[in-house]
Formats: sequence, C-alpha cells, structure tokens
Amino acid sequence: MTINMDTQSNSQSEALYDYLLRLGDSPLILGQRLCEWCGHAPALEEEIAIMNIGLDLIGQCRNWLELAAKTADNGQDADKLAFTRDAHQYRNLLIVEQPNGNFADTMARQYFYDAWHLFTLEALCNSNNRDIAEIAAKAVKEVRYHLRRSREWIIRLGDGTELSQQRMQQAIDDIWMYTGEMFEMDDIEKTLVQEGCAADQQQIKQRWLDEVAETLATATINHPDPDAYMQQGGKQGVHTEGLGFILAEMQFLQRAYPNATW
Amino acid sequence: MKHWPLYEVFIRSKHGLSHKHVGSVHATDAKMAIDNARDLYTRRSEGVSIWVIPSSEITASIPGDKEALFDPAEDKVYRHPSFYKLPAEVDQM
Amino acid sequence: MYAQMVDTGVKKIKTLEEMTQEEQAFQKKIDDEIKIEPKDWMPEKYRQTLIRQISQHAHSEVVGMLPEGNWVTRAPTLKRKLQLMAKIQDEAGHGLYLYSACETLGVSRDDLVEDLHSGKAKYSSIFNYPTLNWADMGAVGWLVDGAAIVNQVVLQRTSYGPYSRSMIRICKEESFHQRQGYEILLTMMREGNDAQKQMVQDAIDRLWWPSLMMFGPRDDDSPNSQQSLAWKIKRQSNDELRQRFIDQTIPQLEVLGCTVPDPDLKWNEETGHYDFGEIQWQEFYQVLKGNGPCNRDRIRTRKKAIDDGAWVREAALAHAEKHRDSNAA
Ligand SMILES: [Fe+2]
Ligand SMILES: [Fe+2]
Ligand SMILES: [Fe+2]
Repeated sequence: MTINMDTQSNSQSEALYDYLLRLGDSPLILGQRLCEWCGHAPALEEEIAIMNIGLDLIGQCRNWLELAAKTADNGQDADKLAFTRDAHQYRNLLIVEQPNGNFADTMARQYFYDAWHLFTLEALCNSNNRDIAEIAAKAVKEVRYHLRRSREWIIRLGDGTELSQQRMQQAIDDIWMYTGEMFEMDDIEKTLVQEGCAADQQQIKQRWLDEVAETLATATINHPDPDAYMQQGGKQGVHTEGLGFILAEMQFLQRAYPNATW
Repeated sequence: MKHWPLYEVFIRSKHGLSHKHVGSVHATDAKMAIDNARDLYTRRSEGVSIWVIPSSEITASIPGDKEALFDPAEDKVYRHPSFYKLPAEVDQM
Repeated sequence: MYAQMVDTGVKKIKTLEEMTQEEQAFQKKIDDEIKIEPKDWMPEKYRQTLIRQISQHAHSEVVGMLPEGNWVTRAPTLKRKLQLMAKIQDEAGHGLYLYSACETLGVSRDDLVEDLHSGKAKYSSIFNYPTLNWADMGAVGWLVDGAAIVNQVVLQRTSYGPYSRSMIRICKEESFHQRQGYEILLTMMREGNDAQKQMVQDAIDRLWWPSLMMFGPRDDDSPNSQQSLAWKIKRQSNDELRQRFIDQTIPQLEVLGCTVPDPDLKWNEETGHYDFGEIQWQEFYQVLKGNGPCNRDRIRTRKKAIDDGAWVREAALAHAEKHRDSNAA
C-alpha cells in the first residue's frame, strides 16, 4: 500500500517535471529560432520587435526550467537542462522548431504559437500550483503583445500585395500540420489537468480555432483543412530533423568546454 | 518603392506628466507606429502612454517668427508665480 | 570613432570677417553653446557634415549588430544569451535614434541605407573584424563599446540639437553594455579554466589595436577635424579621446590580469598618461577602403536583409493604403 502511494506520487512529480519541460522548451526553441533573425530582419523596426519577443520567450523559458529543476531536485538547473539535454529529451512542440523560412513563414509559426501560448498561459494563471500560476501571470502580459503583433502581420501580409498574400497562404498551409499537436493531450497532461495544475487543451482548442478563423478571414487567407492530418511527437521527445541542428549550435560551448563557468 | 512614412513619437513617462517628444519612427500606419514606438522608446519601461502623429501633419513655427511669437511673453511676468510677493508664512505656495 | 573620417568639404576655416551675416550669427550661436535646431538656418556644409557624421554613426550601430549576432545563437548560458540579445537590441535602437536625428536634416533613411549598401557611406572600421570566440563578446562590450562611450559622452554636447539628444539617450543605455562585456571577461578569467583564459587573451590581442583605430587618424592627419571642432559637431580631437580611452582602460586590463599586444605601452610619470606604440595606419586605411577581413560580408548581409525584406515592407504599405480610413490605432 505504502509502496503504491510512493510510486503514485513519484509518477505524479515525474509528470509535473515533464510538463514543466514542455512549458519551458517551446519558448526556448522558438526564442533560439528568433535569434537566427538577428541582423537579417526585413526592417530595423522588426529587428527590435523580433528581439523583444525572443527576449521575452527565453526569459520565460528560464523561469519554467528553473521550476522544473526545483521540482525534480536532481542537481539540475535551468542552464544544465537547456544546454546538456539531447534532442530526444526535449519536450518542445514541433511547430517551434520549424525553420524560419521567409518572413511569412516565421510570422505564421509565431501567430499559431502565440495564440495557443496566450490561451494556455491564461488557463495556467488559474493553476492550483502556485509557482506555475505565478510564472504564467507574468508571461501572459508579454504574450498578449506577441499575439497582437503576429496577428497584425498575418493580416498585413495576407491582405497586402498579391505576392505577400501568396507567400502568407503558402506559409499558413505549410505550418498547419504542426498545429494539431498543441491540443493533443497524453496521459501526463490528462492527469495534471485532473489535478488542477495544467491547462485543459480541450477547452483551449475552440478558442484557438475561433481566433485563427477570424484572423485568417480578415487576412483574406483561405482556412486550411481543419481535418488535415497532423504531426505530433514533440511533447514526447520525437522531433523533426531541425532540432538536432538547433541544439548543436546552441549547446556548442557547453559541449566543447563541459562544466565551465561563463 | 515608396518609403514607410515617418511618425513623431510623444511619450508620457509618468502619470501626471505631459507627453514629451522623444523622436520618430517609420511605420505604415498609426497602429504600427504605436507598436514600433513602444518597442523602440519604452524598452526600459520609460512610458505609460504613447502618442504618434504623422510627421507631415505637424506645423512648426518658423524660427524667423520667434520674436513675434515668443518675445511678448517675456515681459508678462505676472504669468510666473514668483511675480507675486507673499508673506513669508505662505511663500511655500 | 563610430564616425572616423568625416569630410566637411571645407578647405580652410573662414575667419569672422570672411563670413556672411548669417554665418556670423550662426557661429555666434555655436560659440554661445546654443543648440542648432532643424528649422534654424545653417551653412550647407554644416548640414552635409552632420548628415555624413550622424549617418556613419547610425550605420555603425546597425552593422555592429552583426559581429555580436554571430554569437547570439551560441551564448553559453541563458543569462548570457538574454544579456547579449538585450544589448544587440539596444544597438538596433541606437541605429534608429540616429537615423531619426539624421532625417531632421531633410534626408530619408532609405537613401542613407542605400548609400551604405552601395559602399558610398562608411561605418566604423571596427565592425569589419570577425568575432572568433565567445570572449570576443566580452572584449567587444568592454573595448568597443568602451571606446564608443568615450566618444559619445562628449558628443552629448554636440551643437546639433537632435544629434545631441539622441546621444544623451544612447549614453544612458550604453553603460550596461560595457559592464556586461567586462563581466564576461572577468568571469572567464576568475572562474574559468585555462582554455577560457586563453580565449580572453586572444580576444584582447585581436581587438586591442582595432579598438584604438576607432578614434580615427592622428590629429595631424585629420584635416577635417578643425572645422568640425569649430562647429562643435566634434568636441574633442581624435588623439585626446584615444588617450583618455587608453588611460582609463589599462587599469581595468590589469584587474583582468591580461596584457595588450603593445611592447611600448607604459605609464609616463611626467605626462600623467600612458605612452603607447604606433598604430598600423596602413591597416586602418585599408579596412576603411573596404579591405578588412569582413567588409564584404557585412555589407552583403545587410543588403540582403533589406533587399529580401522589400516585399514585406511593400505589403505592409499596400495594406495600410487599402485601409487608410479605418486605421486609427
Ligand atoms: Fe555600439
Ligand atoms: Fe550603441
Ligand atoms: Fe553599445
């Protein structure tokens, strides 16, 4: 009986740890992708805006990963988690690791993620885990602005020139199959939702669909097939090929000089 | 290609203060101008409110008119509080 | 400095007697430390010199993002990544403040940027050197931003109002840049392993002389400086500023426990300054001419960014024009 209880609470804290990695890894990888824009943005104003969003995301990642390390109490810290895990140990959504492509690709990826991110954080503000609620409350203000900006770009490029509309349509169509994973809940998430500490994606999904439908309509972009086949696996550690390269670059110094202080 | 128009940016740095000109940004419309101004001029939480106005909409006084516009005020000292000599007990007003 | 050799187009400075009435009144304002504002009368050459100097300065901030952007995806910790991102973002902001100041002189940013991309306009020679290891991020912050600050602090008193005001804003933001750079180096020297310490020394060895070149040619070889000083566009000579930079940097170098690659560097009790060796001026002029290790890369990268982004900027404009009326913020 006692043993059973222990395993249960063990697996609960493991689930929580995994969930915190999911929350932290996505902003980290997306922030890293945004860093790749540095010096290459289509306007100086965008240079600053992209860096702003990247800063917010990496800051949020640090909070989540610190909490993850604290939860696991396994001698890790946020940096160790970020810089020494291999791809299969990463729990980010597939959508954030997709390449930058052109500016429309980057904005399509950003917009779909921002909308999901905002609604998820809003839900997490009510988490019964106080640490989670606290981090979410701080992040939610930042992400509200992210969404405002990326939504605006979807509309501008969609309802812009012929060329930009074509590129935005292509971008939306291309990234669409990575959106489904955001709402896919496995046992880990289901358990934590029942406990009242994770976000219930079933409730978020409809809001997200409404938000997206409205924006795409305003942007004169055709809505992709809602029943299209969706990719998944990121949250379980099965990624696309891009992540390995992201990590190779991001983790270079920590790998070449293990245990050094920077 | 046509350039993005220029907007002048005014920021209220604290509640109770008036908006102050801080510079300009390029943007395609007022909404984008607000966002760009927010990102550029309030990165260190320098502001609580932003105004933007197309630079082309600003009419400036001509420096040559400076005397006509501003010199008359110089001898209207009664507009300045120090003109009014009050007894010491209430002079902190 | 960020503006290293700004042509004033003036052969010989006019005496008061040689000036027209307008010019005399203008010079009197300058002498009385009254700021010149956009709509004030100004000599055409003053305006042209300002455009050249401010735009060079702006271009330098923007091109300066590239050597640091080179490491932003490889920063070793989350904290360092955040700091570097914030710094690079500031530099983009500085570019915008300065372009905005320059535009008050009746030129458009797009035209200025075009001059950069065509090679007509210059930017600081320092950004044509590569950043080869992580310690370069420290050395750039400490030495390059440090040298820039020495210059910019003085430029807060420059005679043109919008330029002076952007300098004040920039100086406020710069203070963290140099400190974060120095802290990167100090951490590596104090808590790092041998390989890290070697990285630091290597970075200083490579960036020391190019940092000194940031202040421009020696005063004797700087024919335009006199006019710029008379107009108070510049406030102190190249050699004065360079000396100040060296004097304040060497004690910091000693705290790091590093050296600079200059056998002639030593404290001079008599002058109260450091003596230092001869700068490789030939290298300096070659880099200015476009023959530095990264000149081609830097310009190609910037040009590609702006060219590739043309359809985005065009689309945003097209969208705004379609919705002109409904577009109140
Ligand atoms: Fe700089
Ligand atoms: Fe700067
Ligand atoms: Fe700087």
